Amino acid sequence: MKNGAQYIIDFLLKKEVEMVFGYPGGQILNFYEYLGKSPLKHVLVRHEQGGAHAACGYARATGKPGVCLATSGPGATNLVTGIADAYLDSIPLLAITGQVNLNDIGKDSFQEADITGIVTPVTKHSYLLESLDTLPEILDEAWQVATGGRPGPVLIDVPKNLFLAEGEIADSRQTLHTRKVKKADRTEELMPKITEALSKAKQPLILTGGGVVTAGACDLLIKLAEETGIPVVNTLMGKSAFPADHPLALGMVGMHGVAAANLALSNCDLLLCLGTRLSDRVTGNRRQFLEKACIIHVDVDAAELQKNVDANYCLQLDARLFLQRILDEGHFKKNGDIAQWHQQIDRWQQEHPLPTDFSGLIKPQEVILEAARQAGSKAIVVTDVGQHQMFVAQYYPISRCRNFLTSGGLGAMGFGLPAAMGAAFGRPGEDVLLFVGDGGFQMTLQELATIREHNLPVKVIILNNSTLGMIHQWQDVVFKKHYVASNLPPLPDFVKLAAAYDIPAVIAATREELSQAMEFVLKTEGPVIADFRVDKEEMVLPFILPGGKPEDMLGRWQGETHLRSFSRK
Amino acid sequence: MKHTFAVLVENSPGVLSKVAGLFSRRGFNIESLVVSETEDSSTSRMTIVVEGDNRVLEQVGKQLNKQVDVIKVNDITNEETVERQLCLIRVSADQSTRQEVLQITEVFRCRVVDIGRKSLIVEATGDEAKMQAIIRSLWPFGIMELVRTGKVAMVRGERNKGK
Repeated sequence: MKNGAQYIIDFLLKKEVEMVFGYPGGQILNFYEYLGKSPLKHVLVRHEQGGAHAACGYARATGKPGVCLATSGPGATNLVTGIADAYLDSIPLLAITGQVNLNDIGKDSFQEADITGIVTPVTKHSYLLESLDTLPEILDEAWQVATGGRPGPVLIDVPKNLFLAEGEIADSRQTLHTRKVKKADRTEELMPKITEALSKAKQPLILTGGGVVTAGACDLLIKLAEETGIPVVNTLMGKSAFPADHPLALGMVGMHGVAAANLALSNCDLLLCLGTRLSDRVTGNRRQFLEKACIIHVDVDAAELQKNVDANYCLQLDARLFLQRILDEGHFKKNGDIAQWHQQIDRWQQEHPLPTDFSGLIKPQEVILEAARQAGSKAIVVTDVGQHQMFVAQYYPISRCRNFLTSGGLGAMGFGLPAAMGAAFGRPGEDVLLFVGDGGFQMTLQELATIREHNLPVKVIILNNSTLGMIHQWQDVVFKKHYVASNLPPLPDFVKLAAAYDIPAVIAATREELSQAMEFVLKTEGPVIADFRVDKEEMVLPFILPGGKPEDMLGRWQGETHLRSFSRK
Repeated sequence: MKHTFAVLVENSPGVLSKVAGLFSRRGFNIESLVVSETEDSSTSRMTIVVEGDNRVLEQVGKQLNKQVDVIKVNDITNEETVERQLCLIRVSADQSTRQEVLQITEVFRCRVVDIGRKSLIVEATGDEAKMQAIIRSLWPFGIMELVRTGKVAMVRGERNKGK
C-alpha cells in the first residue's frame, strides 16, 4: 500500500527526474515527510518564484522537464510568474502544489487559493486531484501534456489529505488525452510544393525560432542551410538553434535585431519559418509583414499557423521531422541567383555592422564581448530581461544548442539568477555566465543563498548602469527624455552584498579594469559576482518601434550621432 | 459573421470555465454557449455561437482543439443542421388583447404555459429566425419578461462515426 505522496515520488523517480526545486509549507509538509525518505533530490530555493524559474532553467539547459513544488496559497501563487514564463517559451514544467484538505476547499481556509483557476490561462492544463484513484492517470497525462507536442507547464494541485490517503492504486488506464481526434496530416501534400518554392526562390531566408531547439533539430538545420546555401536569421528564442560563427548566420531579427538580418528579412522573396510563433517583436505590424514574399510556416502547434501572419504554406509538424523530411526529399542545388543574394547580404553586413569601437564610459557591449573573448562560444549563457538581454542576444556568439537561456515571451525580470542556478544544476561541470541588470538582479537575488549552499559555478555579471536601462531608453526615445521611475539609486553595494552571502566579488568601473575583472570572474571556482559599471546612456540599436517595419529601424546610420529611421535618407 | 461550433468535451470539472476563459482572454466574442451531457455521460457537448471574421474563427477552432479536455471541434455553420432555441416570454394580455395574442402563438405553434389576469407566458421553440419573428410579433402587446436559451444544433442525416 502506498499513499499519495509516495505514489507521486515513485512516479517522478520512474520518469528519471533528478531533482525537484521547492519550498515547504503547511499543506505540503506531508509530502516533504516522504520526500525526505526518498532518493529524489530536493533543492531548497529561497522563494517559490526562484523554484519555478530554476526548474525552467534546468529544463531549458537540459531539454528534460523541470519540476517545482510549493505549498498552497502564497506558495502556489508565487510560482505563477515562472509558470507563465514556461508557458510563453514552451518549456516543459511540472508544478506540484499542496492544497487544503478536500473538505476545506471553497471555505476560504487558511492559505487557500484556487491555484488551478489562477494558472488556467498560463498552463497547458491544470489538475485538482479529487481522489486517489485518479492520481496515476493524472500524473501520466500531466507528464504527456507537459512534454508532448509543443511543451509547456502543467500544474497538479494535491489536497493535503490525499498525500496521506492510502490505497491500492491501480496502474494508469488509458488516459483521457488519447481520446482526441487526430487531424489529417498535410505533409505529403505540401512537401513537394515547399521543396519547389525553396529551390525557385532567388532571395530565400530561413527564420529559426525556439521550436528548432525544442525539437533537437539544430544539426539538421545546419545541414539544410549548407545544402541549400540559404542564410539563417533567428528570433530571440532561436538564438542557440544555429551557430553564430557559421558563415550563413545573420543573427537576430526583430525589434532589436541586427541591421543586416532585418534587411535580409524585409527583402527576402521566401521566408521559411521554423518553430516560431512570429511574435509582434519579430513581425512589427503583423498585417503588413512581408506582403510580397512567399511565407512557409512550420510549427508543431497548429494554433500558431495563420495566427499572427498569413503564410502561403502552413504545415503542422515538429521541426526535426520537417527538416529530416525535406532533406530526404530535396535535391537542392545552389544556383547562381542565390550568389547575388549572398553578395547583397554581405554588403549590408559590411555597411551596417554592430559597433565594436567604444570610448568614454564602459559600454555594456564591451563587457559582453570581453566575456565572449575569454569564455568562448561554448559557455552556457543566461540573461535576465532588459537592455543587457538584447545586447547579449546581439553580441554574444553562441555555438551550441541550449546554451542561450532567456525569458523571451514573458520577458520576466528576475528570471536570470534562478534560471542560471537551475542550468548549473542541470549541467554540472559547466560554467554558467549570467548577464543581469542591476534592476533584475535585485528582484530575485535571494537565490544567492541557494547558489552558495551548493557552490554552483554561476558567474553573475551585473551590467550596472544604475537605471532600468530599457525603460530609460524608451523614455528617452518615445517619451522625449521624460524619465519617470527608471532611476534605481540608492543601489546596494554589490561587493558587500556578495560578501554577506560569502561569495567572491569584483568591481570594474574603467576600461582598464575590464579584462582583469573578467579574468577574475572566469578563474574563480564556484559562484562569483562582478559589478561592471556601464554607461546608462547607451541604447540598444537598431530599434524598431512597435508596429514598425524592419526597414523603419532606428539607428545611428553611417556614423551619424542622431537617431534616424533607416528608410528615411 | 456568426459561426456555430459543436464541441465535444470531457465531462470533467472546470471544463466550462476553461473554455469560457479561453474565449475571454483571446478576445473571441461568444454569442451563446450551451453545454450539457451527451448520450455518453463521460462527455459533454457544447454548442457555441461565435461572431468573428475567418481569421478569428480559425483561431477559435485551433485554440479549442489545444485544450486537453476538448475531444473534437466541428464548425457546423455550413452543414445542414437542425437548430433549436427555447424562449419563454411573459407578454401582457388583458381581456381586449388576449385573443389576438393567442392567435399569434398559434401561428407560430407556441404553447401557452401559464395564464394570469393580465399576462400570459408563451413557450416558443425554433431557430433564430423564428425566435426573432415571434418576439417581433409580440412586441406591440408589451413583453414584460423574456428568457432564452442559447442555440443547440445537430447535423442532419446519418451519423458518420468515423468522420
